[in-house]
Amino acid sequence: MSTFLQQLMNGLSLGSIYALIALGYTMVYGVLRLINFAHGDVYMVGAYVGYYLSRKLQGKEPSLTAAFLVMVGAMLACAVLGTIIERLAYRPVRRASRLTLLITAIGVSLFLENAGQLVFGPDPKFFPSLAPRTDFRVAGVRITSEQLTVIGVSFLLMILLRFFIQKTRTGKAMRAVSFNLDAAKLMGISTDRIIAITFALGSALAAAGGVLIGMQIPKIDPLMGIIYGLKAFVAAVLGGIGNVPGAVLGGLLIGTSEVMVVGYLSSTYRDAIAFGILILVLLLRPQGILGRVQKEKV
Amino acid sequence: MKGLAVAILVVAVLFVLNGLFVGSLVPGVSISPYILQVICLAGINIILAVSLNLINGFTGQFSIGHAGFMAIGAYASAFLTVTYGERIRAGLGFLPPFARDGALLLAGLAVGGLLAAIAGFFVGVPSLRLRGDYLAIVTLGFGEIIRVWILNIDAVGGARGFSGIPKLANFFWIYLFAATSIVIVSRTVRSSFGRTLIAIREDEIAAEAMGVDTTRSKVISFVLSSAMAGVGGGLFGHYLMYVHTNSFTFIKSIEIIIMIVIGGLGSITGSVVGAVLYIGLTEGLREFAQYRMVLFSLLLIVIMIVRPGGLLGQREIASLLRRSRRMDAPTHPVIRA
Repeated sequence: MSTFLQQLMNGLSLGSIYALIALGYTMVYGVLRLINFAHGDVYMVGAYVGYYLSRKLQGKEPSLTAAFLVMVGAMLACAVLGTIIERLAYRPVRRASRLTLLITAIGVSLFLENAGQLVFGPDPKFFPSLAPRTDFRVAGVRITSEQLTVIGVSFLLMILLRFFIQKTRTGKAMRAVSFNLDAAKLMGISTDRIIAITFALGSALAAAGGVLIGMQIPKIDPLMGIIYGLKAFVAAVLGGIGNVPGAVLGGLLIGTSEVMVVGYLSSTYRDAIAFGILILVLLLRPQGILGRVQKEKV
Repeated sequence: MKGLAVAILVVAVLFVLNGLFVGSLVPGVSISPYILQVICLAGINIILAVSLNLINGFTGQFSIGHAGFMAIGAYASAFLTVTYGERIRAGLGFLPPFARDGALLLAGLAVGGLLAAIAGFFVGVPSLRLRGDYLAIVTLGFGEIIRVWILNIDAVGGARGFSGIPKLANFFWIYLFAATSIVIVSRTVRSSFGRTLIAIREDEIAAEAMGVDTTRSKVISFVLSSAMAGVGGGLFGHYLMYVHTNSFTFIKSIEIIIMIVIGGLGSITGSVVGAVLYIGLTEGLREFAQYRMVLFSLLLIVIMIVRPGGLLGQREIASLLRRSRRMDAPTHPVIRA
């Protein structure tokens, strides 16, 4: 039983990172109907910004202030990056065919991966520890302070996002754009601005995920965005793509099932499990757990 | 009969060229092994690009895991020729040696293509039932999974790579299959089945309303494309005599996409031009290898913004030639007295 609880704990902390990344996929899909392939790589850039910031702040004792600064810095940097990507690459082709948009997204993803290898170097880097760490023991389950931070920060960010989308005017506009872009435009909503904000928010969340993964698995490399991005996308599809609570649920489910499979079966299946779940979802419930079936109209 | 004559002519030309290139036909006449290798790899890339264009360009369904199917074909065919090669050769003892090699290669490619087709079926059915970009993400995942899976099979060398593959493929075989794949794809897209594919690309809902079984058409197109990628992979392995999973990463799939995007999605001529151009650029920019992919990714974005149709759009060489001929000819029939 305690092993199971331990695995559950590990799964939740991995899953909350997937959830953070999945939110970006699902939000962008909501407003643009685009699988933003570059999202996983924005997450990678976030991890690297966090790495360089924490190197700058090193020398002092690991402190919560430093950790906070690193997190906010990475989120800001990626929000800017996301906006730039949207402005330079996606906006010019937004009115073109879906395939054009998708190829552009793949191009951006490829650019970030290769530019990342040039700028950051192709070798993995080790993330310095940010906050003082202690272990807690609850009912035979070892909980590290990193895990608590990861889960705590992720949930805080998700609650903030929820608040933003449901209670603010901009959030309302975002929901309107997601519901129907053209109608929202006719109602006087500046859709360009809303789309830019969506990209900024999604990228900031991905950056937070990047810093958190750096704290938990202290190894980052320029190609890490591919596999994390893929899993987070599966999480978004599992929860129902375009659905914000669905992305969180999907992320937690994917993280937990991955940890369980590794723990009870074999680590060879680590990357295969998300793929298997994706195939099952597409076969059994393509709209996802919380998604609604949308009739396609001409 | 005309088709047969053309086929015989192509085979003869390839045979003569092959002899000239390796220097077995005219003593003293040959090209450098490096150039020959580049030409052969370009041929394999033509097969891959043309086959990917069938699903991406003509059917409008985005697959980004072509290297995965290539890997299946490469490993399956190599496994066959390495493990059962001697027995098959012995069984074909009545044939002259070169025919025995050819038959063995064909057997390997058939197995590789068939397995790739089966994999394509299982990947395609769940993802192509749905409208939208699910194929892209499923094929991306599939490409990675298949690579990791092969990496863990010890019978095909695992992380050491699969070596000791007999050199059965050469210029002749590679370009024979390149020509075959061009014929298959161009005949397919001009058939009534091909019309359904183009209809799906243009408007899936309208195609369905016109009675097209869209899932069936998409899956057939994808399976055909995967099978041809498998054959391309088989030729790749039997040409280089060594395969490693590093040759079939996500980057390889992206390279093939770049080729067809440069040439023009939905143009077979474009795929051929794109494949040759890509190989040429890659070899030309060898000194700047580390900047290469950065450049190509920027190129991909810029093409999409500036000229989303690629170099040729959806035009073919035949239509280009026809147009220039039409310009010379009078535009209305001349009535002679």
